[in-house]
Amino acid sequence: MDSKKAISEEAGGFSVARLLQERGVSRRDFVKFCSTVTAAMALPATMVPKVVHALDKVQRPTLVWLNFQDCTGDTEALLRSANPTVGELVLDILSVDYHETIMAAAGHQAEAALEKTVKEFKGKYLCVVEGSIPLKDGGVYGCIGGKTFEQIAKHVCGNAAATIAVGTCAAYGGIAAAVPNPSGAVGVREAVSGATVLNLPGCPCNADNLTAVVVHFLTFGKLPAMDSHGRPLFAHGKRIHDNCERRPHFDAGQYVEKWGDDAHRKGFCLYKMGCKGPATFHNCPTQRFNERISWPVAAGHGCVGCSEPQFWDTSPVYRRLPNVPGFGIEKNADTIGLAFAAGVGGAFAIHGAMSALRKDKPAAEETKKEGEE
Amino acid sequence: MSESKYKQYIWELPVRISHWVNVLSIVILSLTGILIGNPAFIDSSPTAYLMGWIRFIHFVCAYAFAVSVIARMIWSVRGNCYAGWREYFPFFSKEGRKDMKDVFDYYTFRSSRVPETVGHNPVAATAYFGLFLLYWFMILTGFAMYAEHAPGGVMHSLLKPVYLMFTTQQMHLYHHLVMYLIIGFVINHIYSAWFMDIKEKGGEISSMFSGYKFTTSRYAVCKSKQWEFFPWSGKKN
Repeated sequence: MDSKKAISEEAGGFSVARLLQERGVSRRDFVKFCSTVTAAMALPATMVPKVVHALDKVQRPTLVWLNFQDCTGDTEALLRSANPTVGELVLDILSVDYHETIMAAAGHQAEAALEKTVKEFKGKYLCVVEGSIPLKDGGVYGCIGGKTFEQIAKHVCGNAAATIAVGTCAAYGGIAAAVPNPSGAVGVREAVSGATVLNLPGCPCNADNLTAVVVHFLTFGKLPAMDSHGRPLFAHGKRIHDNCERRPHFDAGQYVEKWGDDAHRKGFCLYKMGCKGPATFHNCPTQRFNERISWPVAAGHGCVGCSEPQFWDTSPVYRRLPNVPGFGIEKNADTIGLAFAAGVGGAFAIHGAMSALRKDKPAAEETKKEGEE
Repeated sequence: MSESKYKQYIWELPVRISHWVNVLSIVILSLTGILIGNPAFIDSSPTAYLMGWIRFIHFVCAYAFAVSVIARMIWSVRGNCYAGWREYFPFFSKEGRKDMKDVFDYYTFRSSRVPETVGHNPVAATAYFGLFLLYWFMILTGFAMYAEHAPGGVMHSLLKPVYLMFTTQQMHLYHHLVMYLIIGFVINHIYSAWFMDIKEKGGEISSMFSGYKFTTSRYAVCKSKQWEFFPWSGKKN
C-alpha cells in the first residue's frame, strides 16, 4: 500500500487509470468493468462514460471497516475471490485506513489510526460495518479498546459521509438478533439513528453489490436509491422468485418432493422444499456469486431468505411457513387450522343435537307487541 | 302452530349479490389458496401452466372479493336500514346489548324463548363485524403479497403500512391461518342459518335468495335505527 501511495504521489496526484495500469489491467478491461458495474446498478448504457470519467477523476477516498458481532463472513466473501478482479482493484483504490482483519497495526496503534481518520476526514470518509451491535446492559457484550460497539458505531458512522452495512447482521441484527436475542443486538440503522446508512444484507453480502455501491458513491457522490429496508433497489428491487431460472417449473406445477428425487435431478422448482425465493428480494439469480458461477438455487438448494429482516425467526430453511407463535414446533399452521375447524364443527354438532331435544316457546312475543304499537 | 306470518322485503339485491359473491370467492380462494400453499400436483407437464392458472384464479377471485366487500361497505350507508352499518354494532347501545343477551341466552339454553329478529340477529351481526375485520386483514395481506411482484409500484406503495407491520413470511403465515378462522366462521354461519331457519320459521335461508323474510308482526321493525350509539347524542328522534 505504501509503495502504491508513493507512486501516485510521485506522479503528481492520484489517478485510478495509472494505478490500474500498474496492476496490469488494460484500459479495455477497465472500461469493460465500468460497463458491467453500470449494468449491475441498473443504469442505462449511456451512463458508462460518466462512470469511467468519475472513476478516472476520483480523489482517493478513505474507508474504514468496522467489525462488530459477526463471523467476518463478508470480509471473507470480499477477499477470497479466485482471481483478482477489476472490482477488487477498485476497492483497492479506497484507502482502507482501518480493518481489523487485514490491517497490520494492532492495539493502540490501530485505534489511533481510526481516530485519526474520523478527525481528519470528518464527513468525507466511507464506513463499512460488518456485524450487529449489542445494546443490552449498556452494550457490554461487545467492546474494542474499552469502548462499546454502540459508542464506536455512533462515533464512526455518525461522522462518516455514508455507512454501508454489509451482511444481514449489520443490516438487521442477523443471527445475534434472533429470538431470544440475548445481547439485544440490532442493525446499524437502529443503533445509530441519524447516520446515512445503506443496507447490503445477505449472508454473506454479494461483493459485486458492494463494489457497485462504492462505484455509485464515487460516480454520483451519493448512495443509490433504496427500498423501505434501506437496501439499494438495483440489488434488492426484485424478488428472487421472479428472476429465478426454475420459475417455469413453478408455474407449470413441477416440484421437487424429496432431495435427490427424479424432479430434483431434473432441476424442478424447490418451492415445496421450503425455498424462500417468493419472499426474498435480492439479485442472486442475475448477479450470482463467485465470478457469477452459481447461486444457491442453481446449486440445487432452496433460497433461505438470508437478506430479509428476521429471516432467522420467520424462515425455516426446509418448510414454507414459520411456526405459529405460541404453539410447538411440531404443529404447523395446517394442523392447528384443521383442529380449529374440526372443533367448531364438533361444537355446533353437539349444539344441534341438544337443540333437537329442547322445547321452545313460540316466537318472540315482544316483536309482536312492537309491531302493534 | 298455524300462526300467520307477514312477508317483508329485507335484503336488497346488492346485499344478496355481495353475499353470494363472497360465498363463491371464499370457497374458490380457500381451495386455490390451499393448493398454492401446498401444491399437491402429480406429474404435471411442462406445458400445463398449472400453478400459473391456480394463482391466476386466486387473484381474479381476490379482486372479485375485494370489490364485493368494498361495495357492501358502500351499501351500508346507501342501502336500507337492515343493510346499514348500525346493524353491526349492537354492543354500542343499551337496547342492542339487551337483544344480544336474548339471543345469547337462547343459544346457550338459558332461555327457551325464540328471539325473532327481522334483520341481522345482534350476535350474528357482531360476528360479521369481526368477520369484516378478518376480510380486510386477508385483503390487505393478500394484495401486499401480490404487489411484491412490482416493488415501488402503485399497489406496493399504497400497502406500505402492511410491509412495515409484517415480514413477507409472517404475511404468508397469517394469511394462511386466518383462512381457517374464516372456515370456522362459515361452519358456524351455515349451522346457525339452518338452526334459526327451523326455530324462527321466518325463511332465514331462502331470504338470502329472495330477499323476503316472514315475521309475526305486520310491520317490519328495523331496531338498529333506534339504537343510541353515543350517550351524548340525546333523544333527538
